[in-house]
Amino acid sequence: MSKVVLKRLEKRFGEAILSTHDQFGDETAVVTPEVWHEVALFLRDDSRCQMDHFIDLTAVDYLGRRTPRFEVVLHMRSMQKLHRIRVKTPVAMGPDGENPKVDSLVDVWKGANWFEREAWDMFGIEFKGHPDLRRLLMYEEFEGHPLRKDYDANKTQPLVEYREGYEKQAPFGLPEGMPFGRQVHDRWKVHVAGRQTDGKTNILGFEED
Amino acid sequence: MEPLDVELEDGELELPTDPMLLNMGPSHPAMHGTVRIVVELSGETINKADVQIGYLHRGFEKMCERGTWSQVFPYVDRLNYASPMLNNVGFALAVEKMLGVTVPERCQHYRVLLGELARICDHLVCSGAMAMELGAFTPFLYFIKARDIIWDIFEEETGARLTNSFGRVGGMAHEPSPNFKEMVRTSIPAVVDLIKDGENLVLENRIFLDRLEDVGIMSKEDAIALGWSGVVLRSTGANYDARKHHPYMTYDRYDFDVPVGQKGDNYDRFMCRQAEIRQSARIIEQALEMMADEGPVNVEDPRIILPPKEQVYNTIEGTIQHFKIVMEGIKVPAGECYSYTESGNGELGFYMVSDGSGTPWRLRIRPPSFASTAGLEQLITGQMIPDIVPTFGSINMIGGECDH
Amino acid sequence: MSDKSIQVIEGSEVGFATTRVDALLGWARKYSLFQYPFVTACCGMEFMALASPRFDMARFGAEAPRFTPRQADLLWVVGTVSQRQAPVLKMVYDQMADPKYVLAFGTCASCGGFYDNYATVPGIDKVIPVDVYVPGCPPRPEGVIDGLLLLQDKIATGDRTPAVVKPRTDPVPKDLVSLRRSAEGDPVSEAG
Ligand code: SF4
Repeated sequence: MSKVVLKRLEKRFGEAILSTHDQFGDETAVVTPEVWHEVALFLRDDSRCQMDHFIDLTAVDYLGRRTPRFEVVLHMRSMQKLHRIRVKTPVAMGPDGENPKVDSLVDVWKGANWFEREAWDMFGIEFKGHPDLRRLLMYEEFEGHPLRKDYDANKTQPLVEYREGYEKQAPFGLPEGMPFGRQVHDRWKVHVAGRQTDGKTNILGFEED
Repeated sequence: MEPLDVELEDGELELPTDPMLLNMGPSHPAMHGTVRIVVELSGETINKADVQIGYLHRGFEKMCERGTWSQVFPYVDRLNYASPMLNNVGFALAVEKMLGVTVPERCQHYRVLLGELARICDHLVCSGAMAMELGAFTPFLYFIKARDIIWDIFEEETGARLTNSFGRVGGMAHEPSPNFKEMVRTSIPAVVDLIKDGENLVLENRIFLDRLEDVGIMSKEDAIALGWSGVVLRSTGANYDARKHHPYMTYDRYDFDVPVGQKGDNYDRFMCRQAEIRQSARIIEQALEMMADEGPVNVEDPRIILPPKEQVYNTIEGTIQHFKIVMEGIKVPAGECYSYTESGNGELGFYMVSDGSGTPWRLRIRPPSFASTAGLEQLITGQMIPDIVPTFGSINMIGGECDH
Repeated sequence: MSDKSIQVIEGSEVGFATTRVDALLGWARKYSLFQYPFVTACCGMEFMALASPRFDMARFGAEAPRFTPRQADLLWVVGTVSQRQAPVLKMVYDQMADPKYVLAFGTCASCGGFYDNYATVPGIDKVIPVDVYVPGCPPRPEGVIDGLLLLQDKIATGDRTPAVVKPRTDPVPKDLVSLRRSAEGDPVSEAG
């Protein structure tokens, strides 16, 4: 279906399209970061493409597998023509470990707003021209970007100090079990004053069956 | 005394007011415990709103990079926890797309059946919670009672009431139990009756209607640009349902309609959900007819499907095969793939990157309610404070998937 | 006679009871738990079921939810608590008036569950003290009711050590499923 779109993209942008493929039936175009915004605008407004339905924007970290390290991935579809396409662009870390940068698409699709904030939060990719680039899922005090491959999954940054002496205590440590539990009822039975019963009468004096 | 009706310029008598900041949530009964909304008010009208999510961020995507492909199933269960089965099916389909296998037809019908049952639960929870937040507690009780009936079916089939983890790559964990069809046939009318009872209580209630109608209106164009999908998108008049427009599994063989709203207000969203429950019931009836009583459920591929337990215990081949799948995981061909299904809230997509090993390199979920919640700010700006509650309720934000 | 006991002395026709004040208080508290549901995640679905007619928590005197911590004395922590949520939880707990009890509903609240990563608190006891842990992901409503009864016992005895709801075996015959199915050939009659 979306072969048409790929063809039109190639015709329009020529050199700036680095490669295309349709693995598993998903048509994909890899473009240079310079034309990222232009491609998006073209896909939305071109009469043969009409990619008006924003689907997804995310990033992938290919640490140690590819250079440039990051890839920003955009999915969209067309409400009228029912075709879908994926556009990707490789982005690199700056020379001194600065965050990678790419153009923001908020002015193309409104929905890109939160998706870009999430990509910034999780991968530390800066979107130039984003109106409000704050963390979305993590808190302000959080340092680093958790979905990068070099962020250790177990590294927590607690906001509240943990209480003393609670290194995986109950229910795993010594106090396991319930010394009281259900026996309480029996204790009540036995201590009905004046009548040390055999435990068969409850506190109200009814016979239990 | 001066006459009261002196002619004044607009607002001259009013005291100057500063905008007031009000914080709702995250631990607010109407915010489902996971969203914080900071609103700037002038009087009771909302000038500006800042919706903050992330209070239930549990690192789903990071966790998936640590286990095998099959170990992702319990995590996807807890994404949209109102309808775990739909997530299971969605993820299984995604991995199968990469592996290039198709499950037998019996299994496809089975997945549709369980998925549609889960969709009914999802809509019931959303509508019930929304009614409860508006003060109508009784319909909530009816809806939960109906949901419990469906959960009984799940319990018999999968062993768990809520978090089933029942999907597998290349099939299902178990084949349908012998009583399955009968159980569904008898329960669905009971469920629909209960839903009707619940609806009757609210749909002629002025207070309820006044708080829904013409509140939180979203235009079709905006909804599309925001990336909405599912019920919230259809309520605005845009006709898009992945089951109809990009059919997967056996959805092209059932006869069902896609309910579409007109205005995109809260009332439309509520009614679209209720109408969709009826359509799901229709699909279930047809799928019950079409599902064969006998036949395989899993694909026959020893690299994907675990061998039966007798073989594991008694033959060395079985043991090795079992060991390889469990320890190394299913080998998914390298590459990238985006697969989508219609979940309870809309298009649930999985974008997966595999490096050819048994562990996903990257597993991205495209949560439908993430996009809907992003539109909440626009919905409530210009409305009154009490309108936040039904509007937020009607977009069905589910913390697990929205916050990943 | 141990001082934890309650004595019933039959003195006159009407009779009167003496008891230690705290035992009386415990008895009074145990059936009037005002709860604050701190519901965050999937366990909330099961919590809804618990409040609904089938399982009906109201039978155990823990019905009325209070959505301000100042009026509540039982805090249900239902679901995963993330690092971002932890300060909120602490604040809610600090606002509650004594005596206050905390029930950790589900594995996530008890120990972090299988979310062993950068985002979640490994159990709410890292942040606030807990009275009863109910394991399960999500726990079955029966298990939660068990936990509630356990908490009531603890309140009555004044015991504040943390406790876990133990797994129990069903006392009914093994073939419950077949029993139920053969009863009328209609599994729903039970549910409806
Ligand atoms: S214990 Fe399980 S069901 Fe409960 S919140 Fe945690 S993951 Fe969800």
